[in-house]
Amino acid sequence: MEKHDKDHAELSEVFNKDEDRVNWHDETLWWVRAKRDKAVNQLPEWETLRDLASQIKHNVLGSLDIYLEQFEKNALANGVHVHWATDAEEHNKIVYQLLTEKSINRMVKSKSMLTEECGLNDYLAEHGIEVIDSDLGERIVQLAKEHPSHIVLPCIHKKKEEIGELFHEHLGTPAGVSDPQFLTETARQHLREVFLTRRAALTGVNFAIAETGEFVVCTNEGNADMGAHLADIHIASMGIEKLIPERKHLGVFLRLLTRSATGQPITTYSSHFKSPAEGKEMHIILVDNGRTTQLGREDFRNSLKCIRCGACMNTCPVYRRSGGHSYQNAIAGPIGSILAPNLDMEAHADLPFASTLCGSCSNVCPVKINIHEQLYKWRQVIVQSGKAPAGKKMTMKAMDITLSSPGAYRFAGKAGRLALKFIPFAVNNNLNPWYKHREMPEPPAQSFREWYRSNRNSK
Amino acid sequence: MTVGLFIPCYVDQFYPGAAIATLQLLEKLGVNVVYPQNQTCCGQPMANSGFEHLTSGCNRLFLENFADFDYIVAPSGSCVLHVREHLHDEKIAGQAAGVSKKVYELTSFLTDILNVESLPSRFPFKVGVHQSCHGQRGLHLSQMSELVAPAFSKPGKLLNMVKDIEIIQLDRVDECCGFGGTFCVAEEAVSAKMGKDRVADHLRHGAQFITGVDMSCLMHMEGILRRQKSETKVIHIAEILNAE
Amino acid sequence: MENTSSREAILAKVRRNKPGATAMPDIDFLEKNVNGSLAKLSAMLDTIGGKLFQVNDWTEIVSTIRAQHPGDGTIYSPIPEVQHITGQINQDEFDGHNLANVEVGIVKAHFAVTENGAVWVTDDQLGNRALPFICQHLAAVIGEDDILPTLHEAYTRSAGHQYQYGAFIAGASKTADIEQSLVLGAHGPRSMMVFVLGKGEAL
Repeated sequence: MEKHDKDHAELSEVFNKDEDRVNWHDETLWWVRAKRDKAVNQLPEWETLRDLASQIKHNVLGSLDIYLEQFEKNALANGVHVHWATDAEEHNKIVYQLLTEKSINRMVKSKSMLTEECGLNDYLAEHGIEVIDSDLGERIVQLAKEHPSHIVLPCIHKKKEEIGELFHEHLGTPAGVSDPQFLTETARQHLREVFLTRRAALTGVNFAIAETGEFVVCTNEGNADMGAHLADIHIASMGIEKLIPERKHLGVFLRLLTRSATGQPITTYSSHFKSPAEGKEMHIILVDNGRTTQLGREDFRNSLKCIRCGACMNTCPVYRRSGGHSYQNAIAGPIGSILAPNLDMEAHADLPFASTLCGSCSNVCPVKINIHEQLYKWRQVIVQSGKAPAGKKMTMKAMDITLSSPGAYRFAGKAGRLALKFIPFAVNNNLNPWYKHREMPEPPAQSFREWYRSNRNSK
Repeated sequence: MTVGLFIPCYVDQFYPGAAIATLQLLEKLGVNVVYPQNQTCCGQPMANSGFEHLTSGCNRLFLENFADFDYIVAPSGSCVLHVREHLHDEKIAGQAAGVSKKVYELTSFLTDILNVESLPSRFPFKVGVHQSCHGQRGLHLSQMSELVAPAFSKPGKLLNMVKDIEIIQLDRVDECCGFGGTFCVAEEAVSAKMGKDRVADHLRHGAQFITGVDMSCLMHMEGILRRQKSETKVIHIAEILNAE
Repeated sequence: MENTSSREAILAKVRRNKPGATAMPDIDFLEKNVNGSLAKLSAMLDTIGGKLFQVNDWTEIVSTIRAQHPGDGTIYSPIPEVQHITGQINQDEFDGHNLANVEVGIVKAHFAVTENGAVWVTDDQLGNRALPFICQHLAAVIGEDDILPTLHEAYTRSAGHQYQYGAFIAGASKTADIEQSLVLGAHGPRSMMVFVLGKGEAL
């Protein structure tokens, strides 16, 4: 697995060197959170919907094998091919095989975080298959040779001037043009040609219905449909946890999804794919890639309820001020931080600590994942597994000894106050990270205990 | 009833004024308050850093000091939440569970147990209220902006009893200040930026004082205010409620 | 089915690791059995790149479309009532590519949903599935009794629909990917008209 050179804290420090840019990133995402608030407050039944969605997802996890088999049976009866992939590599191989069987070497793709997780684009490129991402935000990061920084707003970290430069370099727009209308129109024309000429289209899956074997893909742009309806073969990649039991449950989930994600009541398109059109093929790839492992973790299996709305990222004060790339995972932010350690605990040991445990994420989550509690629990697991840095372990052991003994505690406290009073330079310097942007507290003459002993009768 | 006074370690050492105000306020309200002198810390800094398995010493000390009181009151949302959720002792599990239920953050003790309806306090200043996360979202001291639910605020209710106080509006009513325990040094850049932004919100709206239920948040914001050489000060809510 | 061994491995691991079964909650109480509001639907459409027109007959639909989209752009529709204005297109219904130059596409929809402005269409109404995406402007026609308040009623109403493909379509295609600046007309149509056919009440 990958080992990262820098961790979240170090990358965030770099991100914070440009304060104006951090303010811009923070305010943009806060605005998305504010739009979400406005939308959800229009539904008095909002908290009821969250509760129901959470219960439905719990029901799914408790009978996941049954729903998977039911979904497969119905999908097959609908004339859809169903594939199973235990991991990312197997998923990628299946896609590759489906394409080469038809002598296809160019594919158009709509948004799928699962394929980001599997590294599909790179895999296919290595094997001579060109993939064009058709979602505007994803196309932009693809041209920039970057990964998406947000699961719903892939290029939220990019300014329009930067996008203008990218389009000038790759799509021939005039230099210096950054008007979003103009740039979007350019992308429309460029991608229309792609839709009209690609014989294979790959989409993600927002929800798969066990009851009927159909699956739903939600977009604002219409790119999933443009690709799928014009291609000969439509491949849909899906994490096994994306199932919901009955069609009518979509009423609950679709009402929650987009309001949570962007503050819209619904995406422009919620497309229900059931059977391929005449003369065409439809394939679904059911992907595990660590999900069954997470399913077995009692404290963390709830993270599989996630419907990938991104609300937790928008509300997270740390994510807004560090950016998605500082998480070094396909899925960033709070939900990413409880999913990633399951995939690779060593590589992602930093993520559960990239949080103040403020709890905002858990309370915007439409399916009521207890994200902040899982962050706390992952910290215990990571430290117990020996992945905490040695220096930290020593500090904590010292803290334990000091705080378990009233005498040691009082001695340390007094020593600290005296140091601040008489040798402040020992504390107020660049070796003290607190001191970089903050003054140390003023040392009082007495601790409360000392005051109590002189002002109240000892009891 | 007898109340055991639980004072967070850093309040004891660095902000005794908040503890003194808490004690005096409770006594004014007719409560018999005892301060067990061998208390140290609730263990939260270790637990939040992933070292919950090292907190049994703290847990044992807490039980020894506080087991026999009717209620345990602390001027801190964060410490109280930690004790409520994580105080356990393998050997005396039942006792631990019983004790943690009796622990109250100060403002909720005043509103929920003492049913305080008026205070003889006066604080003629513009005050910004920082809603510390653990108290708000963990202990439900006030409604959080994430939920579609009726508004309420226990600290707010008490502050409104204080004469001549002016509570200012904020742009972001309950965004985290960025202290987060060891986060404040482990992720220093983000922590400082969050604190800076919180402070700026209060300053933009004319706060002369920033208050809240947790001295840890206030200590972090004070560090930033003093670095900026601002006139605005932080003050624990106990000191406002106790002010005359 | 393909990848039998992977299938068996995944299912076996699920069975081993899954939590205990929990009850399915009832959600039927969310349905209100009321009609949707025409006024609210119109207001919602205005916010999503759509526009509502109350009309009495197909002639009005045709003339409104012509007024909204003057010029000689190709109009295409599988609806019998508007065949007289449909342009000459290679009627190979199986190939959406032939619709690439359609200026206005007109389709019937089953109903509209007030809370989000969406209409529900199924493949049997579309002629070709690509039509409502590939045209530059889309028009959908519903009856005056076909306005539902929320998605709960929508899923009940469409429960018996036999379809191989269906979609909720809410206004014009759009994106805000560039600095959260909303642009209408991403890859799908640039605008949407919803015609409510029947006498109905004035807005």
